[in-house]
Formats: sequence, structure tokens, C-alpha cells
Amino acid sequence: MSETNEMSGAAPLRLTLYVAGQTPKSVAAIRNLERICGEHLGPGRYLIDVIDLRQSPHLAREHNIVAIPTLVRQLPVPIQKIIGDLSDTQKVLVSLQIDASR
Amino acid sequence: MIGLVASGYRMTAGVQKVPTGIDGFDDLTLGGLPRGRPTLVCGSAGCGKTLFASTFLAKGARDYGENGVFVSFEERPDDIVDNVASLGFGFDELIADGRIFIEHITINPAELAEVGDYDLEALFMRLELAVEAVGAKRIVLDTIESLFSAFTNVAVLRAEIRRLFDWLKERGLTAVITGERGEGALTRQGLEEYVSDCVILLDHRVENQVSTRRLRIVKYRGTAHGTNEYPFLIAEDGFSVLPVSALGLGHMVHEERISSGIPDLDDMLTGGGFHRGSSILLSGVAGSGKSSIAASFLAAACAAGERALYFSFEESGAQTVRNMRSIGLDLGRYIDNGQLSMHASRPTFYSLEMHLAIMLRDVARMQPSLVVLDPISAFLDAGDHRDVQAMLLRVIDYLKSHGITGLFTHLSHEHGSVQTDAGLSSLMDAWVLLLNREANGEFNRELYLLKARGISHSNQVREFVMTDHGISLIRPYLGEQGALTGSARRAEEARLRREQAQRRLDAEVVEQRLEQRRRRTLAQIDALRAELEAEELEFRSVAEGRRRSDAQAQSDRLAMAKSRRAQAADVGDE
Repeated sequence: MSETNEMSGAAPLRLTLYVAGQTPKSVAAIRNLERICGEHLGPGRYLIDVIDLRQSPHLAREHNIVAIPTLVRQLPVPIQKIIGDLSDTQKVLVSLQIDASR
Repeated sequence: MIGLVASGYRMTAGVQKVPTGIDGFDDLTLGGLPRGRPTLVCGSAGCGKTLFASTFLAKGARDYGENGVFVSFEERPDDIVDNVASLGFGFDELIADGRIFIEHITINPAELAEVGDYDLEALFMRLELAVEAVGAKRIVLDTIESLFSAFTNVAVLRAEIRRLFDWLKERGLTAVITGERGEGALTRQGLEEYVSDCVILLDHRVENQVSTRRLRIVKYRGTAHGTNEYPFLIAEDGFSVLPVSALGLGHMVHEERISSGIPDLDDMLTGGGFHRGSSILLSGVAGSGKSSIAASFLAAACAAGERALYFSFEESGAQTVRNMRSIGLDLGRYIDNGQLSMHASRPTFYSLEMHLAIMLRDVARMQPSLVVLDPISAFLDAGDHRDVQAMLLRVIDYLKSHGITGLFTHLSHEHGSVQTDAGLSSLMDAWVLLLNREANGEFNRELYLLKARGISHSNQVREFVMTDHGISLIRPYLGEQGALTGSARRAEEARLRREQAQRRLDAEVVEQRLEQRRRRTLAQIDALRAELEAEELEFRSVAEGRRRSDAQAQSDRLAMAKSRRAQAADVGDE
């Protein structure tokens, strides 16, 4: 819990979302992530990169991505990955270790 | 290669095949794996799936001009390269040359959470890139089942795997997919349901503490294939399958003779020596000289400039060389110049089939004119008699079909027994029986030619003597009490010599006596003749005397008469 407290006060959450084109799952994931972050984290507390592997497929290998969509929490460490369209908000919050009560 | 049928790329209409380059496998499948289709290679851990796949890929890129992608879900690329480095495929060079591409896909379930719907589109993208990078015709997925431990949504996974197989077919990639053996199914995750073309099962069984690797083609749609279990080998030069199936009886027949290295033994066979390509059984009890005779054959073959292969199941090669030096056979020389190769292994070291496989492989590689198995009876302790017989039958068949002379030694446990436990007699063309008979407190080695097909031969039991300059066979003493050997023979021979001497002596005495008597008789004859001459002389002098006196009397009478006539005239005148 101390980690969460430290995190909440310190550096912003760095998230990378890997999608492949405008597939329904990819579109849903982008929408869900923006919604969750907007609802549960204040502005400036998070940073989202969306990478379309259709545009740069080599990144799938470089970043070792298998499933689409994949959300990677780059910071804080350790790296955490979530795959899926992020349709379950609670699970996303738990996996990203975001304190929903705040 | 140990050929069933000449390999071809398109043996069966409809199914095009690509050679794997795996020794024996392409023969077995009449050409290799189905082109452009996925093949499932399944088996338990450590049974050689990855090696099969690597060989398929490396040989494809190196020998058949088909580049490949190795998709590893488990091992790191460095480990894959290291694992096959010892096999001399030059995997790292092939990678450097852009002919093989290793795609390493790892998923750490600990750092992965699943929220909602997903697919494996990124995996497909990576595969696509890898395939394009080297223009791959071949692909290996080793092992795709790892995905099942990484992802929890099995429904998604199965759908994606099905899509993956379709994708492979669409791309026309010849794929090898490995799968872990499951309980009651070929693979743990039922991968076989996605692969309808070709399924190969690798097995690694341990029986009586002996492990054997076996390969079986479970399914190969649209083509003929061998259906048996075939032993395979992972040796220093890679993966080789050994189709040790029985061949027909269309052996070549040789009129040519080969020497046993023992002139006396060759002489027992009319025409000198055994037929080339025949199978010769040497059976005898312990210490009857089987290995020595075998070594003699080896030395003779090498001396004739041929190659020979010696499989020993009791002694090490070095030990054999040393031991044979004591009977004047220098086998080391032939080993050094490559004519003779010795392979020593315990019967229990491999399973029977593996022994067979290794022997056939070595024979195929070396192509010797003589192969010795010493002793075949060692296998009887290691395996079931029927299996042993089947194995030996295959060895003999193989050797015969290649015109290679086979020499098999067999340790019989019973003295003087003419039974081979494995019932091999009918398989053998010639049978040399070695006896070690006890008589008068000593054992003597004896040799008997029990049979030699197509060659008339001596029926004598010969005494078999090993000296420091080779083996010789001594004709036995054939006496009234049967053939004698050893000291008994020597004693008998001595007795004979004594008798002869005695007889010679007796004859001399008789001769002398006769001479004396002849001389005596001649002397008597002389004496009698002298006597006769004396008598004749006497008779002649008497006769002369009488003639003379007769003549005197005559002349006296005439004189008388003359004088009387004168008187008468006187008287008349008177």
C-alpha cells in the first residue's frame, strides 16, 4: 500500500496501448482506457501512448507483444500488462494498482 | 541412408512433399513432409521434438534452398543455436546469412492480466514479418502449447490457433508444430484436431532400464507411409530414423570365397574358405576360442584390403586388440589405417532395436565387407528371445542384401550342445561348432564344421590350437576308441611311434636271422657241391681206370691172338 501512496504523489502513470488498426476491439480498448483514466486519475497524472502495430509492425517484436489489444504499464515498475478490450473497469484498476477510492 | 524405397519428391500424386533431410525419415514417408501443410510432431518431454524441428529447418535452408523461421515459445534463440551447434548444421551461420530467422515469443503470465476480449493479431504480425524477412518456405512452432499456460481464455486461444493453422496453409508454409504428449491424447491441448495432414509421434520408452526412442507416423493423409514404430537416434550428427524393416530374400549370391584367416579351416571347405556374403555362426562354450576365430576373420579381411566392422558386446576394442596380439594378430594396425572399426557396447546400454539401428547405421556408413557380432548370445540376457531373433534376422537380411559377410559368435552354455538358443541355425549358411571337451583331466579345444551351405566340407572334428603365431587345426588321432585330442592324442601318437619302432626292430631281427640262415644254407650247399664234385672225380678216375684196363686187356688179347696164329701155322706146318 505504501507503493500506491508513493506512486500517487510522485511520477505520472505511463501507459502504452498497442492496437492493430481500427478493429472493434482496438477502438473499444482506446475508448475504455481513456474513460477509466479520466474518471479515476486526475489530469496530468497519466500519460497514454497508443501504438498502432499496423503502422509499425516491427514494434510487436521489439516490445514483445502477442495479443491485441495490449496495455503496458511502463511506469511505475514493475511492468504490468493487460490484454483485452479493458471492458471491466474494476479489473483494470486492480491490475494497474490504481486506488479506485481516491 | 538405409533405404526402403528410393526417395522421391512426388511419390504420391496429389501430395507434394518436401524432404526433411533427416536420415531415413524421407524414405519412410516416401519423400518427406507434406508441402505447404502443417505437420504435428508430438511426444513427451525430451524425446527430440525440437531437434526434429531444427533439423528440418536447418537442412531445408542449407541443402534444399528453403529458408525457414523458427518460432520459439520456450527456449531463447541463443539456447536453440547452442543446442544444435554440436550437430554441425551451422545454425548461427544460417541465421547470419538471413536464411533462418528465430522469432522468440515469450509471455510471462505473472505480469499479464486479461480484461475483456482480445486476439493474437500481434503474433500473426510477428510471424508475417519473420516469414518475409527470410522469404521462408518452412516454419517451426515450438511449442505452441505454451500459449495455453499464458492465456486463460481457452475459447479465444483455440479460435486463434485454428486461425493460425489456416494462415500457415494460406501462406503455403511447410510447418512443423511440436506438441507435448498428453494423457490419453496425442497432445495435451488437443492440437491434433487442428492438424489433419500429418501427425508424427515421438516416443521415449524405458524398458528394463533401457531407453529407446521410437518414431511413428500416426497419420499422413493422402499418401502411403510406413506404419510401424521405427527407432530413431539422436547422435552426434543429428536426428536419424532407422527403417529397419525386413527386406525380401532377393539377396545377391556370391561364388567368391573369403578366407577365415585360418588356412587349416579354409582347407576343410572344398574350394577353400567361405562364400562371400554368407552368414557364419561360430558357437561354443566359454573359452572355446570364438573371439579368436572372429579376430582371425577380421585380420584376413583387412589383409585382403577390405574393410571390416567389429561389434563387441563383451570386451572393449582395446582389450580385443591386446588379447589378439597374443595369438599373433595385429588388429591395431588395421584400426589405425581405417580398415577396421570396432564398436564396443554393453547389450544393456541400448534397447535391442537401438542396437540394431546403430549397427545398421554404422554398416551403412562404413560399407565393410565383413561384419562381426561378438557375441549375439549377449542379447539373450538383455531381451526377449523372439525379439532377439527378429533383430538378428534383420541384421542378417541387411548384410546379405548388401553382399556383406556376417560372422556371429554365440556362447552356448551346455557342453557339446548343438542348439542355438535363438534358433538361428536356419538363418545361417555356415556353422562352426567349437567344443571344449574334457578328457583324461584336461580340456581340449575342438572345431567342427557343422554345416556349410553349398560347399562340401570335412566332417572331421579338428583339434584347435592357438599359438603365438596364429590358429592351427590339427588332424585328430582317429583310433579305435574314436577321435583323440590333446594329451590323449599325443600319448596315442607316442604309443604308435613306440609300436612302430618295436616292429621295425623285430623286422630287423627276423631279417638278420634269415640272412644268417641263408648264409648257412648256402654254405651247406657249397659243402655238398664239393662232396659231389669229389665223388664225381672219383667216379671219373675209376671209369678211366676201367677203360684203360679194358683197352689193355683188348690189346693183350689181340697180341695173344696174333701170337697164337703164328703158332698154329707152325703147328700146321708141322
